[in-house]
Amino acid sequence: MSRMNSRFDFLHIARWINAGEWVLDLGCGDGALLSLLQKEKKVRGYGIELEPANVASCIRNGVNVLQFDLERGLSGFEDDSFDHVIMSLSLQTVRHTVPILKEMLRVGQEAVVSFPNFGYRPHREAIAAGRMPVSRHLPYQWFNSPNVRFFTIADFEALCADEGIAIHERLAFAEGTPVTDDPNLNAEVALYRLGRLP
Amino acid sequence: MKHPASVGLVAPRSARFDQPLRLKSGASLSGFSLTFETYGELNAAKSNAVLVCHALSGNHHVAGFYDPAQQKETLGWWDNLVGPGKPLDTRRFFVVGVNNLGGCHGSTGPMTLNPETGRPYGADFPLVTVEDWVAAQAYLSDFLGIDTWAAVIGGSLGGMQALEWTLAYPERVRHGIVIASTPRLTAQNIAFNEVSRQAILSDPEFHGGHYYEQGDGRQGVIPRKGLRLARMVGHITYLSDDQMAEKFGRRTRHGKPSFNYDAEFEIESYLHHQGDKFAEVFDANTYLLTTRALDYFDPALDYDGDLHRALARAKADFFVASFTTDWRFAPEKSREIVYALLHNGLNVSYAEVDCPAGHDSFLLDDPHYHAALDAYLQGIRL
Repeated sequence: MSRMNSRFDFLHIARWINAGEWVLDLGCGDGALLSLLQKEKKVRGYGIELEPANVASCIRNGVNVLQFDLERGLSGFEDDSFDHVIMSLSLQTVRHTVPILKEMLRVGQEAVVSFPNFGYRPHREAIAAGRMPVSRHLPYQWFNSPNVRFFTIADFEALCADEGIAIHERLAFAEGTPVTDDPNLNAEVALYRLGRLP
Repeated sequence: MKHPASVGLVAPRSARFDQPLRLKSGASLSGFSLTFETYGELNAAKSNAVLVCHALSGNHHVAGFYDPAQQKETLGWWDNLVGPGKPLDTRRFFVVGVNNLGGCHGSTGPMTLNPETGRPYGADFPLVTVEDWVAAQAYLSDFLGIDTWAAVIGGSLGGMQALEWTLAYPERVRHGIVIASTPRLTAQNIAFNEVSRQAILSDPEFHGGHYYEQGDGRQGVIPRKGLRLARMVGHITYLSDDQMAEKFGRRTRHGKPSFNYDAEFEIESYLHHQGDKFAEVFDANTYLLTTRALDYFDPALDYDGDLHRALARAKADFFVASFTTDWRFAPEKSREIVYALLHNGLNVSYAEVDCPAGHDSFLLDDPHYHAALDAYLQGIRL
């Protein structure tokens, strides 16, 4: 339960999910989000998680979990088989960024993506001072980070425009509170509801 | 904290069924017996029963031991999984192990006397399939008063039976646990089986399958060489290249070449030992028919090869596991099962366990494997 409360983005994600939906959660960790969605929204679905300890935790939390490697893509999943495909705070850990985004929008009607904003002011200040940023949402040192892609809100939105990905909604946060003024500078986390362009 | 313990001293039982059983091949048996063991207690609601299906060389003796003085030697083949405080916890579950029809450890099979001739069936014992095994196990379920299994679990060929249970009796199994298995054999799998069979069939002591009454005093002979070779070939496919390298490498017994064909490398003596041991405890006819049952298993066959449609009948929840170094039934085979279950909107969890031991990993107690399985089994409502 403590983990569940600590992930404020879960509550915002949950607002975008309708009752009874089919949901796929990529990089689902210990299954806390799916567990929350199952209880609050009666969703059905699956989590994908590679870390063995997390796989066991998901099962213990009553969440269907599939130990798949996201780098292999979602080719085994059928088109439109989920209402939402979610990737919470994991996009920066996936090497094949564009393929996974496209796959999410093939398998799901909509995608929900959240990620830490590397353009957040304290991160820029760290770089300006000559060191890689280390913060609550980027807690790793450069040499042990699981993150392989480093991008800002502006970078992500440019990519969506280039790749024909529709941004239906965006929320941005710092310290757990919404940010509306220049999110690329002032937000540490961004959360998107994405769709296919008509 | 759990303190895993043994189920202790156990003894097999036998159930007799005097009704005819029509087999998939069209042949039928006028009656049959199944040898089985049980561990733990069936609860009043009869909602805690778990059936353990065995693989090629296994049998009903899943857990515990037969001889207190020789516990290790007489230990059940899945003792690390089944017992008080173990993942398949016998304080919670009533666990049943059964020797399959056509087996050689008590259930009706080629070694049994054919009531029509008064002599052992031998090669006349009909070929049985995974579907036939499951049908026979359903008789045992009735005999034990178990309407619905909380779970049916198996590894390898046992996993095929667990899957088949969810298709043949969707109302009678709540959880299918399919480990290191496959929805069908590959050509390579069948090829290895065929080499094993030819080793037995070409052994001069095989006598067309009627070797039980050969020998000077009609005391019977054993196609030992064939059985031994079959087991040696099989054993190669159960291990991974890495594990063999680690366990044996190129180590030799004498340190220098002896320039002959005696067992010189340690891997050779290991295979010989496994073959010899196996030939003492396993029946060649059972080996033949079991490998054939493996070859024939293909639930998608009646659905134009479409496993998605084949699994549409299933209603159970599933736990599927595979092992990264298993090249006999590789992880992509388990993933095929998982995707077919997803297609049908069934609850499924899948663990792809990074364990170096190849196909045989399913018999080991790799911590991640057992942690996932333990979590799944604990989540089963009784």
